[in-house]
Amino acid sequence: MNRVRALRIYVPLAFYAVFLLLPFYWMLATTFKINQELLVTPNPFLIYHWTLEHVVNLLTQTRYLTWFGNTLALSIGAMLLSVSVSYITAYAIIRLRFPGSQAFGTAIFLAYIVPPAILFIPLATVLIQLHWFDKLWALIPIYATFLIPFCTWVLIGFLKSIPRELEEAARVDGASNLMIMWRIILPIAVPGIITTAIFSFTLSWNEYLYALVYMSSPENKTVSVGMTSELISGDVFQWGQLMAGALIGIIPALLAYFFFAEYYVAGMSGSLKD
Amino acid sequence: MPAVLILGGLLAYPLFLGVWLSLTNTVLGSPGQFVGFQNYIDLISDPTYRGAAMFSIAYTFFAEIGKVSLGLILALIVNQKFAGYRIARAMMLMPYVAPTVLSALAWLWLFDPQFSAISWLLMKIHLIHAPINFVGSPTHAQISVIVVNIWRGLPYFAIGYLAGLQGINKDLLEAAAIDGASAWQSFWRITWPLLLPVTTILVSFSAIFTLTDFQLIWTITRGGPTDATQVFTTLAYQRAITGGSLGQGAAVAISPIIFMIFFAWFVVRSVREERATA
Repeated sequence: MNRVRALRIYVPLAFYAVFLLLPFYWMLATTFKINQELLVTPNPFLIYHWTLEHVVNLLTQTRYLTWFGNTLALSIGAMLLSVSVSYITAYAIIRLRFPGSQAFGTAIFLAYIVPPAILFIPLATVLIQLHWFDKLWALIPIYATFLIPFCTWVLIGFLKSIPRELEEAARVDGASNLMIMWRIILPIAVPGIITTAIFSFTLSWNEYLYALVYMSSPENKTVSVGMTSELISGDVFQWGQLMAGALIGIIPALLAYFFFAEYYVAGMSGSLKD
Repeated sequence: MPAVLILGGLLAYPLFLGVWLSLTNTVLGSPGQFVGFQNYIDLISDPTYRGAAMFSIAYTFFAEIGKVSLGLILALIVNQKFAGYRIARAMMLMPYVAPTVLSALAWLWLFDPQFSAISWLLMKIHLIHAPINFVGSPTHAQISVIVVNIWRGLPYFAIGYLAGLQGINKDLLEAAAIDGASAWQSFWRITWPLLLPVTTILVSFSAIFTLTDFQLIWTITRGGPTDATQVFTTLAYQRAITGGSLGQGAAVAISPIIFMIFFAWFVVRSVREERATA
């Protein structure tokens, strides 16, 4: 590689790296610094005295572990519900070709682009009527409202690419519709299922507005909501604890991404392209 | 089908209920009466609402410009093969993957009026002489939340453009190079026109969610200072949840729907076209 080309790639790349990774580095640095160093230091980007104090305080003196457990249970629950319902729905739309299946596909897509921000007020009154307010599990069907359209949309794209002949051959051999759906198509659709599962998990993990509005008891909060409503009080910010909480809170989402990066990217492009 | 039940009960019904609520004077705890378009009429003469609408649009406009340009440049860089390009591609998605509220908290701390590490750095290289009040003054706060929105959405655009770039026939670019076109010319004459469809999809789709963004602004500024960063959703939250005026809040939340239908139409049309050609 010649020098000019190297400069043209690595110099801009360095700017991007600093911009894109700065907050993550900042979380890391703050988490392991002693408190005095947060305010008085020769260089805020370096750690002169390492400590685990913030992490220990966060885990022992706050409800962080409860919030973490809540978010984990919710994300897994919403993921299982949404992926299974979406698989059946997508299969029905693609394979059964009932009247209006095309229109239903478009409706699913429209549902997917309705932002939660215009639904959270009326949904609040629905939850009050159902006596579901401040009940943690109620967030599972709530999250399903944005996960199912997304998962169904992505799965439709995947199922479309499976050749029809496969299904017809199985039918000639005497397989029922249900058997085709579970024994024949499901194993082939595994990449699509993994993609939607990862997205369901990370989108649930990331959700904030619904959990903020509908969960009021401190023990029913998620990581994002608990951090902003219980750990920030008044003008005094415990930045060490807050950054430790942010750092630990992003780990599940990042793990899901790094282990399944290919599926993640497939989902990102599959969400808008077929 | 269970999907129909969940979507009908928890999506379509609330959507209609939301429209209905916005036409009533419902407050928290007591059913309201039908008041027609009164809430919307009140909003038009409400300076806070007008400010929020203006900033929502400005926020979306500038954030989209930032995401398109920076995302495209990043895609052009990582589309080349160089040592470490795989790592660069994997790392660049991190802002998009990390939960928004948690990374917004890190930004809030980076924006600290006295101990900001960004100010420290800028002072070290003598660009500024005193710490910047990133979220304390209205204009600075507006710029700050737009920058964080660009930070968060840029990876999505970069991935979208990367896919678009890889779909471009290399022969075209080679032929242009043989004909003596400069890199700049072949970008504007060949690459950019071919990327226009993907740009439409990315921008329309992202605009719907930027226009109704809540968590980023709420975490960093709560709509302040003095309502400078108030947007549709933060105002709706304040009116309906903290203020208890469900009817008015619903009207605020529903009012950007005109823009959303506009962008949704673009998205649906582009996706259909893409399906037809695929």
